[in-house]
Parts: sequence; structure tokens; C-alpha cells
Amino acid sequence: MNQKELKIFAANIRKAALRAVSKIGAGHIGGSMSMADLMAVLYGDVMKVDPKNPKWEERDWLVVSKGHCGPAVYGALALKGYFDVEELDTVNQGGTRLPSHCDMKRTPGIDMSTGSLGQGMSTAIGAAWGSRYQGQDHYTYLVLGDGETNEGQVWEGALFAAQQKLDHLIAFIDYNKKQLDGYTADICDIGDVRKKFEDFGWDAQECDGHDVEALKAAIEKAKNTEGKPHMIVMNTIKGKDCSFAEGVLYNHHMKFKPEDYQNALDALDENIKAIEEEV
Amino acid sequence: MYQIEEKIMPEAHEMRAVFAKVMDDMAKNDSRVIYMDCDLMNSIGMAKYWKENPDRAVNCGIQEANMIGAAAGMSATGLIPFTHTFGTFASRRVMDQVFVSAAYAGLNVKIIGSDPGITATLNGGTHMPLEDIGMMRCVPEVTIVEPADSVMLEDLLRKAKDTYGVFYIRLSRKVADKIYKDGSTFEIGKAAKLRDGKDATIFATGICVPEALKAADMLAAEGIEAAVSNMFTIKPIDKEAVIEAAKATGAIVTAENHNIINGLGSAVAEVLAENVCCPMERIGAKDRFGEVGDMNYLKKAMGMTAEDIAEAVKRTIARKEK
Repeated sequence: MNQKELKIFAANIRKAALRAVSKIGAGHIGGSMSMADLMAVLYGDVMKVDPKNPKWEERDWLVVSKGHCGPAVYGALALKGYFDVEELDTVNQGGTRLPSHCDMKRTPGIDMSTGSLGQGMSTAIGAAWGSRYQGQDHYTYLVLGDGETNEGQVWEGALFAAQQKLDHLIAFIDYNKKQLDGYTADICDIGDVRKKFEDFGWDAQECDGHDVEALKAAIEKAKNTEGKPHMIVMNTIKGKDCSFAEGVLYNHHMKFKPEDYQNALDALDENIKAIEEEV
Repeated sequence: MYQIEEKIMPEAHEMRAVFAKVMDDMAKNDSRVIYMDCDLMNSIGMAKYWKENPDRAVNCGIQEANMIGAAAGMSATGLIPFTHTFGTFASRRVMDQVFVSAAYAGLNVKIIGSDPGITATLNGGTHMPLEDIGMMRCVPEVTIVEPADSVMLEDLLRKAKDTYGVFYIRLSRKVADKIYKDGSTFEIGKAAKLRDGKDATIFATGICVPEALKAADMLAAEGIEAAVSNMFTIKPIDKEAVIEAAKATGAIVTAENHNIINGLGSAVAEVLAENVCCPMERIGAKDRFGEVGDMNYLKKAMGMTAEDIAEAVKRTIARKEK
């Protein structure tokens, strides 16, 4: 996809993620919105995947360790054709294949079950290790929340991945500066988290997580750096482009009304129209 | 099929030596087998293997949570990781990683928890897992086994490799008493019957198996015939064996190197309560912490000796309805 297409894909992922939680009228809105552009870049351009064969051995892997943002992932998977878009309406309802937190046993295209924060760090590392051991050259992508890096397991993994020189592991931190109870700086400050990973032996960059070209460039640069795992700290806005969420302090998990949902869809359609009209 | 030694004697090798030999052999014959440890390669006898197979043996450093998670990730790519650390850390320290990353995700991770219960001896109470079985029992789809000697250890390791799913293997590193003849094989989920008897049945596991056999000898001298069964699979528990023993002998005693809460004794009691009325008693740590000491001291302090088991059998028989 070109830049314009990726931006439109990202807006459509936001719409699909909102649709996914709209039947219940509540969900993890903030973090789903802040990582939507990354989902667009990964599924629209970067990752080698086959929606018709989700377990394809040569695919790139994705571990969304901030597993509560399942709706954003499901939006991307549905739009890519892993399952019908209509199935998004079943999210979080009894018997669904699309639970709030990512579940590899239920959902086509989910590579790892996550939800207990910090754990996707290690499972992604294991997947990257296992792939390398078996002579495969695909990449394992990992998305961590910023609040998630409060977890000690993240730093165990940071040491381990550097020791193992896992250069086909490309991780992202969705640094939207907020966790459930407020600003990360006020709760358990992670400060210059890029520098922390660099000190742990990673190749670490920082970029605008809502700029699809910047994300693509950062991933490309990571792939060209050998011998170290890669961290791309994405500066993002929690609730980005969701009219009832962006700008609200407590937007980690939100309840919303049908009219809020409709207004958000309308605003995203406006965004899409504006992107289409860009020269 | 298994065969029992006529005379129970200490084995020629430590359990860890056999563990290292079998791990090495399994890895040589199956490239999917990966060995992982948390800075205890020397303690478990795997240092040589680690040096000789740096690409197949992963020393994670002292980070148990990451080890279990990384093992889960490896298994998702088709590998069969065997992870080891002391049983305290292999259970309670990594409970959530075992639960979510391994079991809930439906992956294929083997967890070796060494130094079960009082076998941690001089490391004392902090290092004495008397609750690991209990914690693992509450995790759906986990298989829990505890080999009684190195012959059983070898067979159970191979079966764990060839059986998909999360295994918790409780492993004493020390010299065990040899119960089984070389080459014996076992069925996971099926108790190994060691001795017949009509008056009571002792279900024992791990280091309590030789104590149970001694107890049966002591009881025989008093004219009491106690059957002994090695319940080496704690989950799934062998319900048939428990029900059959209750019906045939009418008195049951369990003997385990674990808290009597939520271990083998609880598993057997649950089967009895739901199926057949039968007096029973549990030998094990009476809901107390471990403490430092040698094996003889600790067996006595915890009430895990042959004498303790024999007395429990007599009390249980006395409770039979006349």
C-alpha cells in the first residue's frame, strides 16, 4: 500500500475496532486507537502473511502483548480477510472467537495469547528464538504498552533478547503516555524508555507512531541493523482520532453511547475523505 | 510394563545424573527438544550438555518468568522446551506465566521443578516447595508427575516429550531408592501397584514410596496386610485405582512430600468423597512451612516416616465401620 492507502487503512481499522466494541458499548478504546496506524503499516505493508492460511510457516509473527487492544487487531484482521467483517459484531459476547484479550486458540491470525501484561515480551522472544533455531528468516513483531513496561518481566526479556542477539525481533512501545489510572509520568514513570532499551543492548529508535511513513522507515532501519533486537518507541496519542476518546484523560477503557459511536464514525469518514483529497 | 525390584536399595546414581543422560539422549534424537535453565545448569547436572550444545541449551539467567514465557513462544513454533529451576520458582514464582503463556495458550511446555518438598534440605524453608502440586492442580490441562526413582524418571521424561501439553515434573536431584527394574515403563494417569494387601491401601508418591513400602513391612509383622500403590501421576488422578482400592480394602492412607492441602491426599479424597465412602488419612506436611535440616530430621519433623505411615494405616483401619 502507498502512503495514502495506509492512512485510509488506519482510519478503517479505527472504524472496525469501534464497531467491534459498539455492540457492547464499552471497550479498550484508548490503546486500540493509538496503535491503529501501526496495525495498518504491519498488515498493509510490512508483514508477510496469508489471511487464507493464518498458520503459514513462513509468515511473520505478531504478538500484541497489550492484549486488551484485541479490537484494533481484530479490525485489521477482518479488513485483511482473516474472517468476515460482520464477525466483529460478536466481540466479547458469549461463544465469540473474538474475546477482549487476544487468544491464539480462538482467533484466526492471532499468533499468541496475551492479556497478562509483560508476558507477550517473553513469548515473542521465544517465537523469535524458535524461528531462528529452525532456520527461518521471518520477523517476529511485538507490541508493548507503555504502562506495560512497569512489569519486571519486560526487563527480564530485554536482557535475555539482547543476550540472545535476536535481530529478527522488532518490538514497539505504544508510548501514548497514559495508563489506566492516568499519566505514566505520575504513576510509574518510564521516562526515556528508548534510552533504557538502548542501555539494555537493543537497537532502539523513536518515531511518530501516527506517521505511517515514519513507521515504515523505522522498521526498514531496524531490519538493516544486525545482531541486536529492535525497539521502536512510538510517540502516540491515546484515543487518537476517536472523537469521544481523544482528549479525555481516562480513556483506557470507556463506555460510550450509540450517538458517540456514530459521531466517531462520521469524523473518521471525514478524515478518510480529506486523505483521499490530498494531492 | 513395570517390574519391581525384590529388594529396595539406594540407586547407584543420583537422579540428576540420569536426568542429564536422558535429556542428552532425547535431544540427540529429536531436534525439537530444547533445554532451558535459570542459572542452575551445574546444580542439575546439565552444565556439560550446555557447554557441548550451546545452540540447544539456553541459560536464561535468574529470570524464571521470562524462561517460562520464552519456552511458550518456542513451543508455538513447534519446539519442545524442557525448562528447569527449583520447584519453588518453577511453580509459585511463575504461576501466571504457566497459566496464561503456557496452559491457557494451549502450548507444549515441560516444567521440571527440582528439590520437591523436604528434599531441599539445607536450603531450608524458602526453597522447600510443599505447595507446587497444589498450585499446578488448579491450572486446567496440566499433567503433574513425580518419579519415584530414576527408572521411572527416564520413562516419564520420554513420555512428557511425546505427549503434547504442559507437564509439571517434580524431580528430586538426589539418590533415590531403586523401586523398579531397568527398562520398566509406565502409563501416565495409571497408578503403579507395588504390593497387594486386603486391609488398607497406601497411595504414595516420590520419596514417600520407599517409606510406604517399609510401613507395609512393619504392618505385615503385626498381621496387617497393606497394599501399596505408587500414585506418580497426581493429575489426572487415577480414579479407578482409588475407587477399586476403597472397595477392596476399605481404608486408605496417602503419603506425599507436600502439604496435605491440595496435593495427592486431596486429590484422592476428592475421588472418595464423590464415589465411595471410605475412611482415609493424609501423610504429608500438615499445612506448615518447611525448615532447614537433613532428610532424617525433616521426615520426622513433617511426620513422613514409615512409622508415621504405619500408625496412620492402623488409625484408618480402626475407623472402618464394623
